[in-house]
Amino acid sequence: MANVAVISFPGSNCDRDIMTAVKYITGTEPAQYWHKETSMDKHDLVILPGGFSFGDYLRCGAIAARSPIMDEVMEHVWRGGYVLGICNGFQILTEAGILPGTLMRNKQLQFVCRDVMLTIQHTESNAILAECKEQMQLQIPVAHNEGNYFADPDTLKKMADKGQIAVTYTNTGAENYNPNGAINDIAGVTSENGRVLGLMPHPERKAEDIHGGNDGRLLLASIIEAAS
Amino acid sequence: MTIGAEYTTVDQAREMGLSADEFDRICERLGRIPNLTELGIFSAMWSEHCSYKSSRRWLKTLPTSGEQVIHGPGENAGVVDIGDGMAAVFKIESHNHPSFIEPYQGAATGVGGILRDVFTMGARPVALLNALRFGAPDHALTRHLVSGVVSGIGGYGNCVGIPTIGGETHFDASYNQNILVNAMAVGLAKADRIFLSAASGVGNPVIYIGAKTGRDGIHGATMASAEFSEEDMSKRPTVQVGDPFAGKLLMEASLELMASDAVVSIQDMGAAGLTSSSVEMSSKGGLGMEINLDQVPVREKGMTPYEIMLSESQERMLVVLKPDATERAQAIFDKWDLDFAVIGKVTDTGYLVLTAQDVIVADLPLDPLVNDAPEYDRPHEATPTLSPIDNLSLVQDMPLSHALKAMLGSHFLASRRWVYEQYDRHVMADTVIESGGDAALVRVHGTNRGLAVTTDCTQRYVLADPYQGAMQAVAEAYRNITATGAKPLATTNNLNFGNPEKSAIMGQIVGSIKGMGAACSALNVPVVSGNVSLYNETDGQAIAPAPVIGMIGVIPNIKDAITIALKQAGETLYIIGQSQDAADGWLSNSVYAHVIAYNDTASAPPPVDLGSEQKHGEYIRHLITHHLVSAVHDIGDGGALSALVEMAMAGNIGVNLTLEADQMTHGWAFGEDQGRYLVASTDPTALEAAAARYDVNIQKIAMTSDDRQLKLGSNDIISIEELNSVYENWLPELMGSKDK
Repeated sequence: MANVAVISFPGSNCDRDIMTAVKYITGTEPAQYWHKETSMDKHDLVILPGGFSFGDYLRCGAIAARSPIMDEVMEHVWRGGYVLGICNGFQILTEAGILPGTLMRNKQLQFVCRDVMLTIQHTESNAILAECKEQMQLQIPVAHNEGNYFADPDTLKKMADKGQIAVTYTNTGAENYNPNGAINDIAGVTSENGRVLGLMPHPERKAEDIHGGNDGRLLLASIIEAAS
Repeated sequence: MTIGAEYTTVDQAREMGLSADEFDRICERLGRIPNLTELGIFSAMWSEHCSYKSSRRWLKTLPTSGEQVIHGPGENAGVVDIGDGMAAVFKIESHNHPSFIEPYQGAATGVGGILRDVFTMGARPVALLNALRFGAPDHALTRHLVSGVVSGIGGYGNCVGIPTIGGETHFDASYNQNILVNAMAVGLAKADRIFLSAASGVGNPVIYIGAKTGRDGIHGATMASAEFSEEDMSKRPTVQVGDPFAGKLLMEASLELMASDAVVSIQDMGAAGLTSSSVEMSSKGGLGMEINLDQVPVREKGMTPYEIMLSESQERMLVVLKPDATERAQAIFDKWDLDFAVIGKVTDTGYLVLTAQDVIVADLPLDPLVNDAPEYDRPHEATPTLSPIDNLSLVQDMPLSHALKAMLGSHFLASRRWVYEQYDRHVMADTVIESGGDAALVRVHGTNRGLAVTTDCTQRYVLADPYQGAMQAVAEAYRNITATGAKPLATTNNLNFGNPEKSAIMGQIVGSIKGMGAACSALNVPVVSGNVSLYNETDGQAIAPAPVIGMIGVIPNIKDAITIALKQAGETLYIIGQSQDAADGWLSNSVYAHVIAYNDTASAPPPVDLGSEQKHGEYIRHLITHHLVSAVHDIGDGGALSALVEMAMAGNIGVNLTLEADQMTHGWAFGEDQGRYLVASTDPTALEAAAARYDVNIQKIAMTSDDRQLKLGSNDIISIEELNSVYENWLPELMGSKDK
């Protein structure tokens, strides 16, 4: 099993949830780091949790991306380590320049919290999704105010060519299948080396039977397995 | 002794909301005339908001004890034993006036304030609820207020990371100029680790933690205790500004501090800020307190003692520490980058003494501040008893499905999805049942136990009959908790009324408290906390009275919990609490009367029978724990047929009514008789046998089907999808996020 670490920033509020879910899957409590820490042990998978780091002031994730611990996360990335950023964690990864693009305010200018359908793709070119089935459909909730993914056409083309557009909102025919207006229905993207994944939906919220679905657990277990 | 500066006058007292008599009373108790700071402190402590001077006499009559109660009213929040050594800590509180003036900040700080009331007792908040009342949907301000309040509630709760999982939103023209925003928070703590506010230990340091004090919300408690007028829109500067990020840090730091064994007592600075917290902590401990105002962290220079004491800046707490704990506490606040200052100490003088720049600026005996606030027995005139309107004059000639569609697409019944999708309902990953059904349910983290939570009040019933209406609010909350499988445990209330100095309004208050007390006693759900919001009037027009009930319940195993959604075809539907030959129902003052018969005449609401409420509740819990039902829904607004459709829409399952056509009258379909539930059963034989044992009337009415249609008779068939679309579209269309 992968050795997992979770980073907490002031204002993170899904750190306990993802730690509970990881422990539920692996049986082992992940390591936890506070944003002010300046050293980190070696881990297979580092998770940046959801929440409102630094109150989302300035821009979502902008201040957290400059926290002391992020130097350690960066080094982990350079070493080829696996990283999963969920929601605010995804925003931090784009602000840190680890992932391309940016997350803008939702198109409808409102916070949105509900289940969405996702398609997982390019599982062959993305090591972090290697244990997932290609075109896998997952029902997982979102909860965010700034999930409207955007990148310029050149970047999008490069990303598409390299298979970095790894998770999309599935067009179910419902008029609001894409909950935030994200360009090309993008719900999650990977780094060029396929080992860093940023994801707007919250898999840890569909991790146990009481959550009314297991799709989040399936995705998390696959990611942990891939990072092992 | 120098008591800073000049004397005050009766005119200044009036400006602060005190009467001339009250000013005389203060001078008499002090033996001198107070200075401005002192008068400000008195006016805040003696405001309706802090002293309950109009309602106290009646609040005392409410049932507040029971074997489940650990702490009843009088603390920051009520505390109830939920088993396994755990306690639920909960309270509801209003933020009505600020939310009308500045909807986003008013609602957001309402949430922040109620969260502090809960975590100040050592409990981690696990659920947020609300009760909202807006004006008529077509009133010019309604959309602006709905939009601001909903995003304010979400803005605070989502950021702090507490799921907002329950509540109610209603519309009524009486709230056009005076909306209601009541927020409820529920937390969990170990039953033997509850923190109280009474100071102890002479010489112990008094510390200030959290955000800095600014000039916002000065005298908010007094504003909350006065009638409103047009010109009050200029009171925007008295609305506090919330910072949910600071609130989140303060919550984490406070919980860490309390876990570190450094705290003697702790109190949040809510209404009347530093004034009420310092006065209440020292008076509850029977001690005194000295505070050096120069040590209070302030946002700007030159703030006067009056401003510092009356500021309602958010995200602040006052703590009495153990003598050797200052360094430990400082380290925790450094970690969270929050302000921390030793501002005074506990004394044994019975006085609150404030100094600034080495001058005593206030020197007040605590006893009169807390105990000598006048208690009024205001004249009250009982609300006249109204007759019910006869069904014959209400029933319209149209197919049931037409009436049903109109009602589902009305402001009474339409889906609130547009509201609750803006609230994070899943953070903390313990949500078992979320908004949209009866009660919501969260897991007690790390256990199989579940906590059911709800808020309820049908203000049109209360307006027509305060006694029956308040009983109905308790009964409906009881049914909502019961419908999940949980056992109702205790209550918090938020009494929203007009000006108590008018005898008719005072009559509503008295009638409501009596009805609420009777229901809470009979159903064994004692009132453990609450809030009173009076003077909800604008230019002399009072709101429809809303004694909102918040209730919690417990289910030992969340795997037994049940939702309203129908699960599969082939199940039998019953109305519980109604006999097989039931025909007509109570349409007077129903949604049907208002929407279909266009009859807005105030008329008698359906009466409540507390004995059958309890009996039916026990029967329903039996059905759920013995797995004899797959879905349960309380029958409330809109009657049995509306409840049935809500169950069908939630599960996207069809229903065939099996009653004879002449039995399915409009009264039967839409009557709002109390004490009833709808259930879907997989085992009708066992359900009927249990009904006989429990002596409960039941009526078999329908079968579930797999064709996604509602068949009301051979000529009256409508698809669930069509019903769902009128139900879901009303609010998005009102709010302009969907074209008509």
